[in-house]
Amino acid sequence: MVQETVPPVILHPFSKYLREDMMPHIWCQGCGNGVLLNTFVHALDELRTDLDKLVVVSGIGCIGRSAGYMNTDSFHTTHGRALPFATGVKLANPELEVVVISGDGDLFAIGGNHFIHAARRNIGIKVLCANNLNYGMTGGQQGPTTPLDSVTTTSMYGNIEHPFNLVHLAAASGATYVARWTSLHVRRLTQSIKKMLQKEGFCFVEVLSPCPEIYGRYNKMRSGLEMMGWFKKASVVENFSDPSKADITADRIVVGEFVDINKLSYEKMLHEKISKINEKAMDKVS
Amino acid sequence: MEDEIASMAAVIGASYSGLKAMTATSGPGFSLMQENIGLAVMTEAPCVIVDVMRGGPSTGQPTMPGQQDVMQAKWGSHGDYGIIALAPSSVQEMFDLTVEAFNLSETYRVPTLLMGDEIVGHMWEKVVIPPPDKIRIVNRKKPNVPREKYLPFKPDENLVPPMACFGEGFRFHATGLTHDEHGYPRTSSSEVQSKLVHRLVDKIQKNADKIIRVEEVMVEDADIVVVAYGIVARAGLSAVRKAREKGIKAGLLRLITLWPFPEKQVAKAAESAKAIVVPEMNCGQIVREVERAAKETPVAFLSKLGEDPHTPMEILEVIRRSK
Repeated sequence: MVQETVPPVILHPFSKYLREDMMPHIWCQGCGNGVLLNTFVHALDELRTDLDKLVVVSGIGCIGRSAGYMNTDSFHTTHGRALPFATGVKLANPELEVVVISGDGDLFAIGGNHFIHAARRNIGIKVLCANNLNYGMTGGQQGPTTPLDSVTTTSMYGNIEHPFNLVHLAAASGATYVARWTSLHVRRLTQSIKKMLQKEGFCFVEVLSPCPEIYGRYNKMRSGLEMMGWFKKASVVENFSDPSKADITADRIVVGEFVDINKLSYEKMLHEKISKINEKAMDKVS
Repeated sequence: MEDEIASMAAVIGASYSGLKAMTATSGPGFSLMQENIGLAVMTEAPCVIVDVMRGGPSTGQPTMPGQQDVMQAKWGSHGDYGIIALAPSSVQEMFDLTVEAFNLSETYRVPTLLMGDEIVGHMWEKVVIPPPDKIRIVNRKKPNVPREKYLPFKPDENLVPPMACFGEGFRFHATGLTHDEHGYPRTSSSEVQSKLVHRLVDKIQKNADKIIRVEEVMVEDADIVVVAYGIVARAGLSAVRKAREKGIKAGLLRLITLWPFPEKQVAKAAESAKAIVVPEMNCGQIVREVERAAKETPVAFLSKLGEDPHTPMEILEVIRRSK
């Protein structure tokens, strides 16, 4: 008698973190967004995060699809509005771990005002930003982080706008934890995400993410490998160096942790204030 | 929050975390909120927005009354959708209709707009706040299925889906993109788009009879019916009383619900009336809906812009002429 053997279904140990029915993802070959999501999932796994108490919020853009890929409560907002939406979530239920995963265009162009104010208030939202130096999803337009002289579809003769230095902006706006890595630095990036998830207040981790299909195509780096080659060549680890001197140029990408301070979070201050006011009111009533 | 765009986004976030959330603004802020009012419509987030209408366009006349945002309330965000808008006429109603707005938004999972005006917004009047147990409170319907079976955008018979909240273990997704019943984006499917958008419109339109509220004063035998809302309706009532004193059979149909538009109520009043008078603090917004519903019955429109709403005498004059 011939016995049929059914091959066992082998689940990836991390499959519980992702919505497999949302796959395949939309990201191009060589894109760094998968690396970012991978390190995020590793960090969650190492911290044994309760997935029922985690909310992932994203804005618009390629990386904006990550909220949909995570097997948690998740919300895909309008362009630039991930942070104010997440602020409402965190204030309404401070027990929730609220993570915003979004891109440089979403967070710093249309959403730039929300970013500086969320950081200023020190609302306990953890921001993971994929910086691909352009608007990749819509065809590679120049954006708020595009380096000077870079070629994009809207700066065909070289970019003449000075870019934001995101770690400097985050530090100056009041974030309690600020770090920058590239998708080449997976281990250190994972450690930074872990650290950020354990801190109180507003935290920001920037991840330089290769965009070979769009940004790289116009800047002589047509493959993911070539973009990673640039990251490898130009990156220098300088932990706790001056973020104002961490501009990204063709020759130099300063990576590392920049800020790690402790400060009362906005949600804590708000709810303490509400309790005190209520106590006073109750005293008056009784 | 830093601006009205952010306020509206935060309200949706708080609503998804299970709280009842609201925000308040005036004209320009209402324009800024439209983007995320659309998001609240698309993700069916119960919430309340108060717009104390001023004179526009643009910065216009801050701290002056107006009724110029009525069509913006209906059509302000891009795309097709249904929405609920209420128009308070007094300070008491500002309180009562805020409660009502929350009840409606929780029932139909739709942003509900409270369209006041500067006078109702600034006026001092007696307000009776009933004890909490005397106030009717409606809460959103919760899912009664386990996590694996929960489809966050699968509607019940009344076209409204039960709503789980963040942190309750349902681990669901919501997006401003066109989505299926799972909440997953389906941006290239005509079928999903058609089904979703028709439902967003129908859940308000098909429940309109349950939503709509009007106040009728001496409408039954009226030859002339004044159709008004907000602060203008109070001058309308005064004009109707004065007309009756002079032997003119006038009545007032006060619109408490602006959207969905009380079409049946206006049509019924128009059937027996000789004419309808619509005073509004704009260049003609609700009057278009009234004309549509009134069919053959002539409609006289009385526009007023600026510092003061219509006086009862101004409305009375039009009632006289319409007789």
